[in-house]
Formats: sequence, structure tokens, C-alpha cells
Amino acid sequence: MPSLKDLKNRIASVKATQKITKAMKMVAAAKLRRAQEAAEAARPYSQRMSIVLSNIAQAVGTDDSAPLLMTGTGRDKTHLLVVCTAERGLCGGFNSQIARFARDHIRKLLAEGKTVKIICVGKKGYDILRREFASLIIDRVDLREVKKIGFENADQIGKKIIGLFDKGEFDVCTLFYSEFKSVISQVPTALQLIPAAVPAAASTDTGSAAIYEYEPDAGEILSDLIPRNISVQVFRALLENVAGEMGAKMSAMDNATRNAGEMINKLTLSYNRQRQAQITKELIEIISGAEAL
Amino acid sequence: MADFKLELVSPERLLLSEQVSEVVIPATEGEMTVMANHAPTMTTIKPGIITVKTVGGQTNRYVVFGGFADILPTGCTVLAESAVPVSEFDATLVERRIEAARAELEQPHHGDEHRTKIENFLSELTQLNETVSG
Repeated sequence: MPSLKDLKNRIASVKATQKITKAMKMVAAAKLRRAQEAAEAARPYSQRMSIVLSNIAQAVGTDDSAPLLMTGTGRDKTHLLVVCTAERGLCGGFNSQIARFARDHIRKLLAEGKTVKIICVGKKGYDILRREFASLIIDRVDLREVKKIGFENADQIGKKIIGLFDKGEFDVCTLFYSEFKSVISQVPTALQLIPAAVPAAASTDTGSAAIYEYEPDAGEILSDLIPRNISVQVFRALLENVAGEMGAKMSAMDNATRNAGEMINKLTLSYNRQRQAQITKELIEIISGAEAL
Repeated sequence: MADFKLELVSPERLLLSEQVSEVVIPATEGEMTVMANHAPTMTTIKPGIITVKTVGGQTNRYVVFGGFADILPTGCTVLAESAVPVSEFDATLVERRIEAARAELEQPHHGDEHRTKIENFLSELTQLNETVSG
């Protein structure tokens, strides 16, 4: 049975924890709003990019002049997995969700006899995947120092991927990230980057695609465009990740705050009970002492 | 004068979306002026300055670092890798890029084609630096 003083101390410490989680929740909410805004602001670019890309891809066709990045090497032997996670924990199952999804994928590829290489973006994913696949991780990108993710960060990762591809280090590249569905739901997603899955031309104004003039020619633009598109996709994934991380953190911290509240209630109850018991005990002692006289 | 819709988009945000009468784009194969009813054209952009003449006759200038432009008779979309209004432009940005390109050039393992590309990029950047600061 803990003494009154112990209980008092525990209540105080849980209260302090609750204050921290409450503050973290509010910070996450503010950051989530900003992350959502950033993700929204980035949307026009990636939308236009995919329209333009599908237009050009149509014009070029799938003949031999199409760049390798789009058609792939024709092999399916070595897979590069780019796993994007958060830099910090305390956000519920967010990181482990992505890592588990990637891990299942890796196991499947390994079982099929493929070679797997991993690039980790974000510290948490690295920590988890390192336990099992330490020898497969060829690189990691640390975004810890980055306050706000800019296109430059994504571009660096994109260039790294393309550099490896040019050296023939891998055949297929897949990006793992968490898609931001809503504040309470983030879905781990795999997106194939190389060979690029060109979006099907479906928009209404692509009828004019055939009479485009290209300067320089379409093939050259395409080979300029596809690396850019990879960076854009990485950028989008990173932004979605930040929004997802903040959403997950918000709900995790909300839960923690609520749990702390419950715990305080329980502790207060047993504190009051014990105090009452002690008072009663003292009263009995006084009364029985008086009677004995 | 006929006007058309110009959209200037960078990966981070939609920078500009308005009716304009004239745009000068630093295309890879030389500067080109786009006016309303231009033939549909797709072109890549080199680092340079985009000059926008709005319907009101006002001229705005933006610094861009590469990208591409999608021109239709009814409008023009510029997808720039990075775009800033000249007034907010910071010369150190260019210098940092120039340095990065130089550093890349010094690495020995690039193919010739890649080298030429970087050299071109470098000279374009240097030119841009002179225009902006001069």
C-alpha cells in the first residue's frame, strides 16, 4: 500500500506528463496545419507535371528513343527501396506501420530470389530496418536538421536515385511512404518510380497534344522531364509523410493526454480514500483513548 | 491587346496565376516572347529571368532556375524548378548553385555528356548572376 506522500508525488508527476503531452498535441496540430498547406501548395505542380508528362509520352511513344528511366532496364533483378519515415518518434504507430509494410515487401522480394537495396530517409525507419536488414541498407538520408522540407531536399534524393540507376546499381525503384488520408488515417503506400509509370492521358484538353511543337525535340524534353518527375514524386511523398507524421502525433498525444487524465482521476480517488481512512483511524484512536480514561 | 492566362508554378507553391498580355521566357534555344494565340509549344527553360507584362501594362520579373513551359493558344504554364520575384531575389542563391555546379564538375567520374551539361548550366548561371547583379 503506497503511503499518502507517494500517491501525492505520483499525481504530481502524472500531471506534469499530461501537461507535456497536451503541449505536444497542440504543437503537432499547428505543424499539421502548416504541413497540410505545404502539401496543398505543392499539388498544382505535380498535377501539371503529370499532364505534361502524359502528353509527351504519347507524342514520343514507346519506341527505342524513350529514355531508360521510363522503360526500365528490361530486367527485374535488383530492387531499390526508398523508405521514407519520420525523424522523430512519439507519433503512435506511424513509423512502424511504414517499416512493417516495407519489411513485408522486402521479405517477399528476397523470397523470390531478388537482390534488394535499401535507402532510408528518416532516422526512425533506419533504426527499425537496421535490425533485420543491416547489410542491405546502402545509404541513408538524414533530414533531421531540416526545419521545413523544401524541393531541394527531395531533389537531392532524386539525383541520388538517378545517379545509382545510371551506374546500373538497380533495375526497379520503389518509394515507400505514408499517404495522408486524414488526421486519423495514414496508409502506407508503395510507389514505383523506375521504370516510371506514366499516367494515362485522360484529361479533356489532351486532344491538342498531337499538334504540339517541341523545342528541343520531344525525346530530349522527356529525358529532362523524367528525372524532374522523380524528384517531384519524392517531394510529394516527403510532404505527405510530414503531414501524416503530425496527424499521427496529434492523435497519439491526444490519447496520452486522455490516459493521463484517467490515471489522475484514479490516483486522486485512492488518495482521498486513504486520507479518509487515516482520519478515521486517528479518530478511533482518540475516542478509544478517551474511553480508557 | 489580347490577353491570356499565365501560371507560374514552382514545386513549393503556385506563384502566379493571372491574365497577362505578354511573357518573355528564357527557353533553352533562345528567349521567346509568348503572346495570346501562340501555337501549342513545349519547351525547356534555362536559368534566367521571366518577364511578365500584365494586362494593366505593369512589368514583373521573376528569376527561375530551369524548368519547362507548356504553351497553349489560351494560356501558358511555366513549371519552374525554383522561382522568385527579382525584388526578393538574393544573389547568394545563384552563387551557391554556381559553387555546387563547380564542385560537381571537379568530380572525375562523369561522362563527357554529363560534363557538357554541367558546363552549360554553369555558364547560364554565371550569365544570370551578371544580369541580376549588374
